[in-house]
Amino acid sequence: MQTLLQNLLNGIAAGSIYALIALGYTMVYGILKLINFAHGDIFMLGSFAGYYGGRYLAGKVVGDSVASVGSAALVLILSMLICGLFGYLNERIAYRPLRNAPRIASLITAIGVSFFLEYGGQMVFGPDPKFFPTLIEKRIINIGGITTTNYQLIVLIVALAFMALLQYVVYGTKFGRAMRAVSYNYETASLMGIPTDRIISMTFIIGSMLAGVAGILYGLSYPKIDPLMGIMPGLKAFVAAVLGGIGNVPGAMVGGLIIGVVEAFVGGSPFSSYRDAIAFVILIVILLFRPSGLFGKYQAEKV
Amino acid sequence: MRKPAFILLAALSLILMGCPPKGEVGQAAGGGDGEILVGEYGSLTGSEATFGQSTHNGIMMAIDEVNVAGGVNGRTIRVRTEDDQSRAEEAANAVSKLISQDGVVAVLGEVASSNSLAAAPICQSNKIPMITPSSTNPTVTEKGDYIFRMCFLDSYQGESMAGYLTRQLGMKTAAILIDVKSDYSTGLANFFERAFIANGGRIVGKQSYAKGDNDFRSQLTALRATNPQVLFIPGYYNDIGQIAIQARDLGMRMPLAGGDGWESPKLIEIGGKALEGSFYSNHYFAGDTAPVVRDFVEKYRERFGQTPDALAALGYDAAKVLADSLKRAGSTDGPAIRDAIASTKGFEGVTGSITLGPDRNPLGKKLVIVEIRNGQLTLKDTVEPAGAAAPAAATTTTAAAATSGS
Repeated sequence: MQTLLQNLLNGIAAGSIYALIALGYTMVYGILKLINFAHGDIFMLGSFAGYYGGRYLAGKVVGDSVASVGSAALVLILSMLICGLFGYLNERIAYRPLRNAPRIASLITAIGVSFFLEYGGQMVFGPDPKFFPTLIEKRIINIGGITTTNYQLIVLIVALAFMALLQYVVYGTKFGRAMRAVSYNYETASLMGIPTDRIISMTFIIGSMLAGVAGILYGLSYPKIDPLMGIMPGLKAFVAAVLGGIGNVPGAMVGGLIIGVVEAFVGGSPFSSYRDAIAFVILIVILLFRPSGLFGKYQAEKV
Repeated sequence: MRKPAFILLAALSLILMGCPPKGEVGQAAGGGDGEILVGEYGSLTGSEATFGQSTHNGIMMAIDEVNVAGGVNGRTIRVRTEDDQSRAEEAANAVSKLISQDGVVAVLGEVASSNSLAAAPICQSNKIPMITPSSTNPTVTEKGDYIFRMCFLDSYQGESMAGYLTRQLGMKTAAILIDVKSDYSTGLANFFERAFIANGGRIVGKQSYAKGDNDFRSQLTALRATNPQVLFIPGYYNDIGQIAIQARDLGMRMPLAGGDGWESPKLIEIGGKALEGSFYSNHYFAGDTAPVVRDFVEKYRERFGQTPDALAALGYDAAKVLADSLKRAGSTDGPAIRDAIASTKGFEGVTGSITLGPDRNPLGKKLVIVEIRNGQLTLKDTVEPAGAAAPAAATTTTAAAATSGS
């Protein structure tokens, strides 16, 4: 029972990071029908922004100790800004010129951008793993035999807060309504006076900012970062997005949590070396029975 | 404007591909009068980057010393280095390129056994001798009679650690966490498990991960429930740091133990306080007072600004043994060099005296156990091999050796 709860907790903490990344995939797919394969690498950039911000900036701005809430918040904002910027540039330079080209052209461009960021990252940051700085003093918390750290709790709270914020932006603001309109029908939305290009840019920026948040949370939880770190989490987040029904915001969150929890349980079982394989098998099985994902309906309102 | 530029570029690249650079043709035959070309492949980048970098530093230092002292029979040695990005496929590519394109006469590398295992058959079929400085998996040198090694084997390493834990520290239970993607890790885990049980211990839990994983919490949670006295993790340094941190996060307090895959300047940087009190078996200790070690450490520090790890020392020894063999062979023919390496006897290296046995593995290399204490590496114990046949010896001999350690 103790092990069960422990795995559940570990899984939810890991899954909430997947969910944050999955949101970026699902938002971009919802609006452009494009799978933005570079999204996992934007997430990597978020981690590196945190690494350099934490090491060289936070200490100078906030004061002598790097490990403080102030520096953590500063690093988080820095990472979001940088990821947002890269998300914007990504869309503006690589995808917008291809807006009216066949969809396969955009898809292949996305793969190209992904490789560009990965191997460009190897050139700029160096190819060997780096150690993410300790932004907050770590404390171990023990509740009835379940051991957790304040890190895991922070990951959970921050991830949930940003998901709630996104939910509000998409369903509670004028911008969100415009976004949903563009997603529903691009041409009609543009005829109704919605500045579609700007809305699409904003969608990329928001998705990338969430990837930046995920990058920081990931760096806190798994402090070894390298320029190719975005590949696997990106892939799993993509699976999470498809699992939840790609284009569906709550679906991405639930999908991320499911992947995280499944991985935790498989990892703790005797089949731990097949962890990734089992995660993908589950994807296949679910898609066999529900081709549009858990929450996806063909008529559903998409974002 | 765009199209002509593209055609020009395409034409230019075709021209460049078509013409081999003139300077390299002479060396490609391996028999130019000036230089002897030796190949090196290693993990200069990627997940085990410090393995390749340290080894490379050691090799370059050794070759430069040989060249300054007059080279080999009047000819200087030049090293052609290829990066395999810590990946076995790339290791095979790198060695193919070194042999067929550059025409090297011998090959040095690798550290990770999986990478050496990918490259060894290529060297063997081309009759180009290969010396692995630090791959400990026994199967590497079984690939053929052109494959040599400079370090002890995992059978010896696993038995020594198991003997040390059961006899010196009196431990009864251990759990193992294995990297299933690594031949080194699975092999060492096997030898350790067998020896630990043979010494009266019990393996209470066994879990696995795959190189590249970042989350080990589920495996550790499962192992925590078995409550072992020690957790044996025969992995590579970059995973060890993360595993240690996550184990401590889960409230696991037992020491972690491992093999020479832990050896890296990055180990403590990544693992930090979580590694305090943990220990691993290694080929050499930089604080050793033997003159040959002190001399090496001093020169290395002067040149590279850091303390050499075991992989640098083994790279240095491998290159020195190769240079010595080239001198004795008096030829750059594969078979002649092979025979010269095979007859290496009593070569005084930084990691001890090197005599190669009939299975092309060194005989009687000692092993040290290094502990992380106050964020520093400290010597915990030395295991001297009993007699000349120690590296491949049975459990009883090495166990006896373990107890005789200070």
